[in-house]
Amino acid sequence: MALAKITSVSGRAVPVVGNDIDTDRIIPARFMKCVTFDGLGEFLFNDVRKDPKTGEITDHPLNQPRYQGATILLSGANFGCGSSREHAPQAIQKYGFKAIIAESYAEIFFGNSTTLGMPCVTAAREDIAKIAAAVDSNPQTEVAIDLVKLEVRFAGQSVKITQRESARDALINGRWDAIGELLDGVPAVKETAKKLPYLAA
Amino acid sequence: MPSPQSLFQKVWDAHTVRQLANGQTQLLIGTHLIHEVTSPQAFGMLRDLKLPVLMPHRTFATVDHIVPTNELVEPYKDNLAQAMMDELRKNTKEFGITFFDRATGKQGIVHIVGPEQGITQPGTTIACGDSHTSTHGAFGAIAFGIGTSQVRDVLATQTMALGQLKVRRIEVNGKLRPGVYAKDVILHIIRLLGVNGGTGYAYEYAGSTFDGFTMEERMTVCNMSIEGGARVGYVNPDETTFAYLKGRPYSPTGAAWDAAVASRKSFASDPGCHYDDVVKIDAASIAPTVTWGINPGQGISIVENIPSPETATSADDKAGIIEALAYMKLPAGAPIKGTKIDVAFLGSCTNGRLSDFREVAKYLKGRKVAAGVKAIAVPGSQIVALQCEKEGIDKVLAEAGFEWRAAGCSMCLAMNPDKLIGDQLCASSSNRNFKGRQGSPTGRTVLMSPVMVAAAAVTGTVADAREVFAVN
Repeated sequence: MALAKITSVSGRAVPVVGNDIDTDRIIPARFMKCVTFDGLGEFLFNDVRKDPKTGEITDHPLNQPRYQGATILLSGANFGCGSSREHAPQAIQKYGFKAIIAESYAEIFFGNSTTLGMPCVTAAREDIAKIAAAVDSNPQTEVAIDLVKLEVRFAGQSVKITQRESARDALINGRWDAIGELLDGVPAVKETAKKLPYLAA
Repeated sequence: MPSPQSLFQKVWDAHTVRQLANGQTQLLIGTHLIHEVTSPQAFGMLRDLKLPVLMPHRTFATVDHIVPTNELVEPYKDNLAQAMMDELRKNTKEFGITFFDRATGKQGIVHIVGPEQGITQPGTTIACGDSHTSTHGAFGAIAFGIGTSQVRDVLATQTMALGQLKVRRIEVNGKLRPGVYAKDVILHIIRLLGVNGGTGYAYEYAGSTFDGFTMEERMTVCNMSIEGGARVGYVNPDETTFAYLKGRPYSPTGAAWDAAVASRKSFASDPGCHYDDVVKIDAASIAPTVTWGINPGQGISIVENIPSPETATSADDKAGIIEALAYMKLPAGAPIKGTKIDVAFLGSCTNGRLSDFREVAKYLKGRKVAAGVKAIAVPGSQIVALQCEKEGIDKVLAEAGFEWRAAGCSMCLAMNPDKLIGDQLCASSSNRNFKGRQGSPTGRTVLMSPVMVAAAAVTGTVADAREVFAVN
């Protein structure tokens, strides 16, 4: 199972500002009544994109015509906190996003996204604000995330990013979905299990 | 002498299969728990890859999120819920996995069933596609909430790829004041350390308060570790742990039990081991705590006032307060006590256990739920329900005006028909107060202990249970 080597992601970006944007906001639980991940993209940020009382479309950034076609999501601190639901990064990816730039991520969300080959990179707040400002003044701004050089280039500017080394390594070397490697280790798994009394029995 | 180690380190080392190319560890997961929401796609992936389940006897299934609590006969009115139920039955049958279906009498919330059955054991690794898997850490297990791709990984290889966590010891010492519960301890910890304070950490809960806690109290605290950002939370195993586990269906018996106790005790953190951080809290400083905002870190004691933007400690804090108050429709600076409630919810993997209902029944006897308040009590498992019914707890609650329901996650996340309507405000013993969490996109949640939910139910307002029930 050869996986793509994800060394960079380029595209237009959309700022979804705020800290602690939780998984229930990303994909409300009622949309998880499904046995596949198909169609989840449609419900991304559903309850903030539609007025709960009138059902009308709100001015949420994802609804704004100028940001249509954006493939990079900008946000704040502790993005993806809450539930372990992979439905959250699945919805983001299925909506069309290829990467996220935020100040920080919740642990489980970060791992789930990486496994889907959707890089979550970390940047300083003021740097995210610079990208957001450029995108706001010209939504057509091309934003390029470089996972090798660990920088984001946009509108003639460049800012530093960081990413957990294990995730960066997995993405740029095309091993972000670990299943192949884990399967290779099955003989060793059986050996380890033999040493643990509760599994040996 | 080997250098002293934490429980986390010992369990991690014992379950390490090998290092992976990216520096992560291939970690053996001894016990895998699954439910209907996050597993069907994983089984689909297995089929696509034509892979078997490596150790089907180490995965256990239950159904909890979508089950209606007032509808026992299938097919359920909700076709989607029925489809998920059918899918889990099909998958567990096809792959030879034990399923605690409703007909077994052992069904319930996955984090209540595991300990109840003795599947959860000290010194083991546990994974489940649910962030509240940290609950099982109460037994000295290292338990991870995982996504669906990792559910696939565990099914196929009984392992997953993980990076090491740092360990923060949170020591709570002393006796809790009357009317203060384990729920208040964890709400207090999250308020103190923040909703992302635990990112990258496992929380080791310790100190004399935890030593004195029952297993159910320890579970309540470990359950909400993830609300503080910590994927893993645990308590070192001790006599209380083994007394709880002895004789449970999946606990070893006879000589094997004695051997298991000896081996599992050895996983407890060694005195003098290294911690990446230590936090100490005086139990007496903790008051009954309630949330006022839209994340579990936005909590105050019941005698405090709702924060106002002017009292914010940072620009972030200020923005958070403004957003939360707008959503919660609460007046800045006013007492939280007296806030009108519409719904009272008792249950969830945080507080849906026997001791929770026993405690609540003690105070609800002879009381009535306030007019206009919808009150529901949802046992965490069929076994909890049965025991409550044997003890007459269901009757006490019903006489007070609570609807006594069947086991499930229910209104904690409202994937079943139990939902808030419109802007309703719910006094809830659950774990998350996110926007829209309880099923209405504008519904409001105030988290609190079960006894505080009972006090809110009878007064129709967020209330101080110590006053309402004359606790002192």
